[in-house]
Amino acid sequence: MLEEPTIQRVLAAAASRGADFAEIFAEEKRSSSALLDDGRIEELTSGRDRGAGIRVVVGESTGFAHTSDLSEAGLIAAAETAASAARGSGTGTTIVDLDRVNAPRPNLVRIMPGDVPKAKKVELLLMANEMARAEGAAITQVSARYADSHRRILVANTDGTLGTDEQVKTLFSISAVASGDTGMQTGRESIGRSVGFELFDTYEVGDLARTAAQRAITKLAARPAPSGEMTVVIGPGGGGVMFHEACGHGLEADLVGKGASVFAGRLGEQVASSLVTLVDDGTMGGEWGCFAIDDEGRPAQRNVLIQDGILVDYMWDGLRARAEGRASSGNGRRQSYQHLPMVRMTNTYLLGGTSTPDQILSDTESGVYISHLGGGQVNTATGDFVFGMTEAYLIEGGRITEPLREGNLIGNGPGVLTSIDAVGNDFAMGGPGTCGKDGQGVPVGDGVPTLRVASGLTIGGTAA
Amino acid sequence: MTATVSTPQSGHSEDLLALAASVLDQAAGEEQVEVLLSRATSTTVKVYEGQVESLTSADSSGAGIRVIRDGRLGFAHCGSLDPAVLVETLREARDNLEFAESDEWNGLAAPDGVEVVAQNGWSDSVVAFPVERKIALALELEQRVLAADSRITGIRSTAYGDAWGESVILSTAGIQAVDRGASCSISTQPLARVGEETQTGFGYDSGRVPESLDLDHATVEAVDRATRLLGAVKPPSARMTILLEPRLAISLMGIVSGMLSGESVLKGRSPFGERLGEQIASALLSLTDDPTRSESIGAEEVDGEGLACRSNLLISDGVLQGFLQDSYSGRRSGSASTGSAVRGTRSLPGVGAQLLVMQPGTRSFEQLVSSIDLGLYVNSLSGMHSGVNSISGDFSVGADGLMIRNGSLAEPVRELTLASTLQRLLLDISEVGGDFEWLRGGDGACSLVIQDVSLSGA
Repeated sequence: MLEEPTIQRVLAAAASRGADFAEIFAEEKRSSSALLDDGRIEELTSGRDRGAGIRVVVGESTGFAHTSDLSEAGLIAAAETAASAARGSGTGTTIVDLDRVNAPRPNLVRIMPGDVPKAKKVELLLMANEMARAEGAAITQVSARYADSHRRILVANTDGTLGTDEQVKTLFSISAVASGDTGMQTGRESIGRSVGFELFDTYEVGDLARTAAQRAITKLAARPAPSGEMTVVIGPGGGGVMFHEACGHGLEADLVGKGASVFAGRLGEQVASSLVTLVDDGTMGGEWGCFAIDDEGRPAQRNVLIQDGILVDYMWDGLRARAEGRASSGNGRRQSYQHLPMVRMTNTYLLGGTSTPDQILSDTESGVYISHLGGGQVNTATGDFVFGMTEAYLIEGGRITEPLREGNLIGNGPGVLTSIDAVGNDFAMGGPGTCGKDGQGVPVGDGVPTLRVASGLTIGGTAA
Repeated sequence: MTATVSTPQSGHSEDLLALAASVLDQAAGEEQVEVLLSRATSTTVKVYEGQVESLTSADSSGAGIRVIRDGRLGFAHCGSLDPAVLVETLREARDNLEFAESDEWNGLAAPDGVEVVAQNGWSDSVVAFPVERKIALALELEQRVLAADSRITGIRSTAYGDAWGESVILSTAGIQAVDRGASCSISTQPLARVGEETQTGFGYDSGRVPESLDLDHATVEAVDRATRLLGAVKPPSARMTILLEPRLAISLMGIVSGMLSGESVLKGRSPFGERLGEQIASALLSLTDDPTRSESIGAEEVDGEGLACRSNLLISDGVLQGFLQDSYSGRRSGSASTGSAVRGTRSLPGVGAQLLVMQPGTRSFEQLVSSIDLGLYVNSLSGMHSGVNSISGDFSVGADGLMIRNGSLAEPVRELTLASTLQRLLLDISEVGGDFEWLRGGDGACSLVIQDVSLSGA
């Protein structure tokens, strides 16, 4: 994207007023999507963005400027703006030697989505529509979306880092509406991986369509969710959203550093049931939150956050790590070249245990079984978090019985983590997610085996 | 230090219009083309512990091009105003069109004779405000919040932000619209701590004159929100009356307005689709989408397709009066656009409310509280994206707040959920407050009292 001599001159301009650290982040992104709705291919969209963000750090202050002009003159103008914003006072003309970062690419792409004829993408949508509607006359509306993106990044900084990465992602999602005497209900399913069009060699869109349609149809007969605290069993896969909210955000070093996390000052302590080993892993091949280097040029890492219930470490970006005199954990990410990096999760998951899912269920006298979760939200300072259940059932006498309507659950992170009393041996990754923090969205993955939270979760239903 | 300021030309965005015209010149024969171009300049200053934590200075631009031919639609967007990139983007939009299916109702918006209500969205004082003073404002706000209450032990972030920009829409259907705006804001997120317990608050103000930003208001709001929940406990489950202040009442109205989108109705996704003229809410509720209200910072002249914004009555005395339409949904439903297309450069227009205005009742907030024997005054809602379904109407959200006992605010509570259905919530409104205010986001709102909501707690 940029030549080394240009990079060096731009970094020199960025550091010209004196800087502890200066960085160029250049990005080129192509995206395409196709949408089917109301029985028809409604729109195809293509997008292209390129630009660079220049960051200059002086002491505790960061200056940042970005430009869509990748010419040397454009970059130097942005570098000077960033340098002036960082309010450095001094001079610095050092040209740094750049070392290329060698990081393994976790996302090997066989079929570049850009090389696939649009007609083939459209075909997938039409098939999904047909399959979803074939599930029954109750299905009254279907929308489906195909999307791919190809993001190339280059990061260079005055520490001598020079890294590049190429991130390809492919996504397919489908939503169905079922109508009956009880009104309308919805079902959704999606698959997204950091791979190319070969995604559809592994996943049948027809299966996704059937799942989404059945989810909607099942809920037509659902009863209102209960209200109050109950034992909750979460099925394998998407339940990772709970950990993302219950403790993931609270283990981000920027929030911890500002005293805005209930997990601040608790390193080395038992913060969860001893059944809990939680990992954040940017190296997981093909997963939605994987990459070779993070958006600060740091190779992706597998970081154990909680080991057998003991808090082992937080997640770090370059800025927070620098202040603590330690290395970044490869969690410095940003939405685009127009954003400053901050501490973000990658793929966050709970390691599998020894119980079989059947044991966990049959051992649960009464409660709620959640097989598909929606998004969530957390207040890291108090630890209170919510997450949505989009497919859930009552558990009665150790068996899954009636379907429940949608709703949120609320709990407090530390309380819920210590109340996990069973972890299954059926680990699976969940669907693709977008994590939002301070206005920036980044792709994240998560996964869990079947697990049980004995107490601490309140079901936000209406039934007494 | 001097600020780098690229002031948009003081005329009427002639260069953007000329650039858009150069794209339209390439429209071929039967092709309908619409070009949206925009550019903006923004600054964000974040301060922490008396120092500038980050200062971001940004220029951004973008374009979205829509092409329609033989009833087929193609779209492409780019983050650039480079003429060569625009040519490439037009080519991609055309290529995309080849794979879309024909829809007889596809078409661009055409001028409909509705006059634009002029707004004054521009602000020279935002553009001219020096960077040093932006920093000083943010630092002063941080200092005031820290000094306001001994229980405030830190602030996650305090910021000043501003942005100004302009956009043009030009189309082969005869649309030519120019939109320019500038605004600024301050915000702070304090942490209040007593013992091992931490609570957070949020304070905010926005406007078009940096010197008039209300630091006192933001300080009081942020500190009050952070401290009033200290000591909060989980309450027992019960059905009860809730009191939503204007800021939260409007977030509920925002969800309702989404259910009144003509597009949702056409596609069978609105539970209110067949209920025009019927009572869908308490007779106390009247709601209008009216972007022409100049008193609001959210006022707009034109919608996302370049049609004049207008006042659209949605609910009057609880009776459903109409749906919002863009040109597509208006045409297909046999009505017309209500000037309700919303979009950015990166997306096609969709139907949405732009500036919701609730009609006020009579009693003050204090009177509302004093009329409630047992209830919850809600401080914040969470999980609005994960527990609210505007198709089924299921409504379940996380919340915290203060109990109301015998007409007075009482102990703080947290870690609870509130649940009902959107249909029920509207009918269960027992009072609309007389405490109308223009919110800092633009909407005009009043407090709402809603009965018989399921509170889930311990």
